[in-house]
Amino acid sequence: MHIEIDEISKAFGSTAALQPVSLAIPSGALVALLGPSGSGKTTLLRILGGLEFPTSGRVLFDGQDATGLTVQERRAGFVFQSYALFRHMTVFDNIAYGLNARPRASRPTRAEIARRVTKLLELIQLPDIGARYPSQLSGGQRQRVALARALAIEPRMLLLDEPFGALDAKVRKELRQGLRDIHDTTGLTTVFVTHDQEEAMELADLVVVMSMGKIEQIGKPQDIRARPASPFVREFISA
Amino acid sequence: MSDATRTEARPRFRPATQESPAARLTLIAVACVGLTILVFAPLVAVFIEALADGVGASLQSLASPDARDAIRLTLTIAAISVPLNAIFGVAAAWFITKFDFRGKAFLITLIDLPFSVSPVVAGLCIVLMFGTNSLIGGWLVANGFPVVFALPGIILATMFVTFPFVARELIPVMIEQGRAEEEVALTLGASGWRVFWTVTLPNIRWALLYGVLLCNARAMGEFGAVAVVSGKIRGETATIPTTIEMLYQEYLAVAAFSLAAVLTLLALVTLLLKTLLELRHADQLAATHRH
Repeated sequence: MHIEIDEISKAFGSTAALQPVSLAIPSGALVALLGPSGSGKTTLLRILGGLEFPTSGRVLFDGQDATGLTVQERRAGFVFQSYALFRHMTVFDNIAYGLNARPRASRPTRAEIARRVTKLLELIQLPDIGARYPSQLSGGQRQRVALARALAIEPRMLLLDEPFGALDAKVRKELRQGLRDIHDTTGLTTVFVTHDQEEAMELADLVVVMSMGKIEQIGKPQDIRARPASPFVREFISA
Repeated sequence: MSDATRTEARPRFRPATQESPAARLTLIAVACVGLTILVFAPLVAVFIEALADGVGASLQSLASPDARDAIRLTLTIAAISVPLNAIFGVAAAWFITKFDFRGKAFLITLIDLPFSVSPVVAGLCIVLMFGTNSLIGGWLVANGFPVVFALPGIILATMFVTFPFVARELIPVMIEQGRAEEEVALTLGASGWRVFWTVTLPNIRWALLYGVLLCNARAMGEFGAVAVVSGKIRGETATIPTTIEMLYQEYLAVAAFSLAAVLTLLALVTLLLKTLLELRHADQLAATHRH
């Protein structure tokens, strides 16, 4: 799905989290929102997911105005920084949550839900953990379960907030490839937030560098490396 | 001499958080003495006094109409005020922890108010507001719905005094848990109502249970506010605690302590219930990192 952000701004009280920013995300792209904390990247992601509403501006999905759509109507697969797995549910029930939440008319049968959850567990290469609780999983496993849960609703896009932030360096590298693979398999337009320039450069097709609620530069990783648009970008990507 | 210095210099291997045996014994002794004097002895005394003239006399006093009415009234009060306070408490905690708004700190302070105000003052406030001489109270009495010296007033007083228990138990838990799980559930397409039942409530159920149990214990035991509002009319508005006081004032020790023993037993049953539930769901408790 093609996403267009048109002059979006966001203020919390009197503090501006986002200056008016514009950005076009081509269908099927893997995009990194890169910047230091307080740069407005998470706010932008939450606006895309419908968890936050912009003070001004519009969001367009496939050319249709989606600004007023509720979080449920957006159908965005959202992965949170801390993964936010439902701690009182098994992994199976976590992944099935979105399907079970559908209105009766469009809810798959119990057997169909089980089939889909099994398939997703295979996709994240953890076929045997359905009966476990989140507290019994490692950090990397949690992240993959959160991803499977987001994919279960057949989302129109995938939004990830610092998906590798809580992991150690080795697992981080493995899961980076995992996300790339899942993106390539599903073809979903994917946006992830990170403060790690190496991660953004290595993983994304398109990198959006942000600072102080503004977009500093949009470009392919190699272009940003070769021609940083501002002193901030030059300094940030060399860190 | 040299031997002694060597022994002293030898490092002792004791965990960093452990004290010397003498210090440990002292602390344990202080705790035991304190518990005995403050909790255990009075508890035993209640039952000894209740059974001073034998089990028969004790049971007979409990079978008297006044005692039976008091027990029935107290159970009715708890049955009405505890569920209502559970609902209000969950609503207040939800509102405070899941939303940002102006005046939040003030609202949290307001929830604590019943803890800091004397129950007698709370009772007087209700009398002032709903008494026959007040505007609202006069109108209510004229329309056949008296509040003061009647069940509604007692329930109002009980609810005021016990309001903080549920909310106070829930707010820290809900703050610690944050909003992320609720937000995820919303992105997965669940309605707000569904999120509450399937995510919020299961996550707080233990804290909620604790709050409800504490609230219940206090609701059955409340004296001050109820004494002011109820008028202590025997067979009508006298609860267990107020009846105990009246019996005691009339030197009916066995009757007073028998009723006191009933109240104590109700509290002990509550605690037992809590412990049993905890044992039964120990694995779930561990999984959700709570208590």
